[in-house]
Amino acid sequence: MKVPATDPNTMDAPTPDDALHLVKGEGPIVAADGRPLKASLRRALRREKLRALGLVAPLLIFVLVSFIAPIADMLFRSVENQIVADTLPRTVAALEDWDYSSGEAPGEDVFAAFYVDLSEAVALKTHTRLGTRLNYEMTGMSSLFRKTGRRVGRFDTDIYADQFAALDPAWKDGAAWMEMMSAPGIESVLPETASAWQSWLRILENEGDDPAEETPADFVFTMLYRDLARGADVSAYNGPGADRLAAAAAAVGGFETVSIKEQFLKADKDWGDPEVWGVIQTFSPPYTPGYFLAAVDLKLTPHGIEKQPEEQQIYVMLFNRTLFMSLVITGACILLGYPVAYLLSSLPLRTSNILMILVLLPFWTSLLVRTSAWKVLLQQQGVINDILVWLGLVDDANRLILINNQTGTIIAMTHILLPFMILPLYSVMKTIPPSYMRAAKSLGATNWTAFWRVYFPQSVPGIGAGSILVFILAIGYYITPELVGGTSGTFISNRIAYHISSSLNWGLAAALGTILLGVVLILYWLYDRIVGIDNVSLG
Amino acid sequence: MTTIVTPRGTSPSLTGFTIPLTAALGGFFGLLAGSANDMVLAGLVAGAAIGAATAWVLARFLPDRRRGKWATAAVYALGGLLSGGTTGLVAGGVIGLVMGWFALWLHSGRYRAGVPVYATPLQVLWHNSYLFICGLIFFFLIAPIIVVIPLSFNAEEFFTFTPKMLALDPEGYSLRHYRDFFTNPDWQQALRNSVRIAPAATLLSVSLGTLAAIGLSRPHVPFRRAIMAILISPMIVPLIISAAGMYFFYSRIGLQGTYAGVVLAHAALGIPFVIITVTATLVGFDESLTRASASMGAGPVRTFFRVQMPLILPGVISGALFAFITSFDEVVVVLFVGSAGQKTLPWQMFTGLREQISPTILAVATILVTLSILLLTTVELLRRRSERLRGMSPG
Repeated sequence: MKVPATDPNTMDAPTPDDALHLVKGEGPIVAADGRPLKASLRRALRREKLRALGLVAPLLIFVLVSFIAPIADMLFRSVENQIVADTLPRTVAALEDWDYSSGEAPGEDVFAAFYVDLSEAVALKTHTRLGTRLNYEMTGMSSLFRKTGRRVGRFDTDIYADQFAALDPAWKDGAAWMEMMSAPGIESVLPETASAWQSWLRILENEGDDPAEETPADFVFTMLYRDLARGADVSAYNGPGADRLAAAAAAVGGFETVSIKEQFLKADKDWGDPEVWGVIQTFSPPYTPGYFLAAVDLKLTPHGIEKQPEEQQIYVMLFNRTLFMSLVITGACILLGYPVAYLLSSLPLRTSNILMILVLLPFWTSLLVRTSAWKVLLQQQGVINDILVWLGLVDDANRLILINNQTGTIIAMTHILLPFMILPLYSVMKTIPPSYMRAAKSLGATNWTAFWRVYFPQSVPGIGAGSILVFILAIGYYITPELVGGTSGTFISNRIAYHISSSLNWGLAAALGTILLGVVLILYWLYDRIVGIDNVSLG
Repeated sequence: MTTIVTPRGTSPSLTGFTIPLTAALGGFFGLLAGSANDMVLAGLVAGAAIGAATAWVLARFLPDRRRGKWATAAVYALGGLLSGGTTGLVAGGVIGLVMGWFALWLHSGRYRAGVPVYATPLQVLWHNSYLFICGLIFFFLIAPIIVVIPLSFNAEEFFTFTPKMLALDPEGYSLRHYRDFFTNPDWQQALRNSVRIAPAATLLSVSLGTLAAIGLSRPHVPFRRAIMAILISPMIVPLIISAAGMYFFYSRIGLQGTYAGVVLAHAALGIPFVIITVTATLVGFDESLTRASASMGAGPVRTFFRVQMPLILPGVISGALFAFITSFDEVVVVLFVGSAGQKTLPWQMFTGLREQISPTILAVATILVTLSILLLTTVELLRRRSERLRGMSPG
């Protein structure tokens, strides 16, 4: 007699009548349709589970697409940095051999690669975006790219095209080029030319032109010259135009040459600065910690991680301010919310329901309404100042500055978030039996002792729940600090909004948002541990 | 101190308790009025004297609390009218009401109503101060919302009370800001957008949310906690982060700046509220009802619409109201996900407040406060009905 050993919590768990059945030799109990009962039950359970999942699935998919995917996208953007490698693929590859610590700008090869990359980027108009991106890391990059972008088409490299054409006019013929460049094996003979030709094709495709009718741009001829001058093995090629190529290979030794590096230096001498190349090299990987470092006032430089200059260190200060002000607001909410919640929970239901309206009305009133109310009240010409002046408590000339600073933010946000403290506190206090306090007093405790030693400890979960809720809401607030915070009362979220809509540094905005999200998720986890997500209730 | 200790039902000492305290309150009001007119000391003395007289007269001749209170208010209002016109009338009436109530509250011994008979004077004082503090906090909660209402009838382009308004001069009041709201194309466009976006978002989140809540409250749901965490997350993640993420993602897929994008975003934000309220209602739902219905031959769809839905309807409606108000009040996400064509009412208010254009905002605010009062009442009624259905509260 062998009873299968399985987890007691599953359908397969052994039951007392298993043994009975086995002893009697009847086999397992069967359902009406003749299947074993257990299998039948298991099937029913599986169907039940699937049906439940089926009901949840549409919403789950909806939330995943409309909400979770955007959050994931933001997390991705905070490290994503493909723009450098996408715009300057050849330069990034060529820079791998360059050592920043040599203290010198890279050599002709890097500049040649950069020449092709930049020519394509200018034609596709992506170089300004790259300049803007690199400008976040080193000021001046944006204008450097713009300025060079205007010059790169007018480099003196046109002499190569002329010299090749002088050898054979067919070099100026797009169709001939096309034939030659699409022949097999050309990539191994003329690697740089083939790569530049691909760029040229993309440029023409972008403009809607036919490559067979256009003379290739100067950079293609320059790369051809470089390939041939390097001693390309033209004899290995025997496709269309092989003779022309062999003739050119024999002639390039006598060509007049021009240094691409010098052309760039002539366009802007900053290209000779190793710092510029160091920045490009540092930010060439497709993923970068650069935005996160910037979000904590550090920066990634060719020398390693450094602190931002003193006057640009604002994010740590903003995070600290956000945390500090959220703490103050949470504290103020506890201070104001506790007595009210206590009163509401100790009054008879009828009275407390009426007073509860005073808590719920602000809760239901539009955030904008409450913020505009505070704007009206706190202004220098506002209601509070008017009353104080009328009472003679404040001189008309020195009206209190209650708005556009931290005071304004704290007052308005305490008011806005107070219901979120009172409601959880109330629901916890409602469960504390009043007889405990009476028992404590009957045993000789003073009012204070009875409250502090008996009642208060039981209300702590309510304080915890309310505080975390208020704190989570406070650190992510945007509207109220934006409207009543001025410059000294703004939060990190205002900075995030600024980077999204004004400075367009989306990567930094995403990194700041990710850090904030991390803080909130930790708090959320705590909230779940203390209160449980399922126990969230609304009024 | 001994004068204050009085058994319930008997009046405390008139000269040793009620008169001095009423005089003190009168002195306080006198001080306020005096400091406004640069006669601090005179105000204090006059106020105290009037207060003492009020207490004495009321205790002697009019001990009935209700009549005494209103009589005092009438006398004070008359005095106010004679000295300060309409404003004086109102101020006098209010102060008189407070004074009369206070004097008789003390005199009748009602001030001890909330404490046990054996409480010491200090405990009585503490209890009443506590109630006073709570009153102040309630005032703090509600006053800002109330202040907006009279200001919205301002005849001037100001955000504050004008002298004419304080004098209760009809000329100081007007409906011009309401007229502006109803005629200005910007505001009308914003209103139209809000009315177009919020119901669509509500419909989406309620239909999907109710279905999912029913699924989630079945006994065997795999990964229940994880699913719940995902569905609740739009409520927990700070709005600015949701807005940023949606802005990035929706511009990738071409939804940024479209009506559909805003509706999707708002529906996502409303879902946690629907899930929470509907699952809360389903906790009290008796599953044997659906089984009974099934045993009588009703299919799942019929069972849902004829048996389950009517019972959980209060929860669904209050979830829908939460979702509606979330979308209707939402400004951060629409600011990023929407474009000028989806400018909603809160967005228009936000720009208005930032640029300080006009008190039309206050008129809108008043309309919205009225709306929230209506919503609050509905939700409260629904909640009580649902609790009554589930037998949770006697009300």
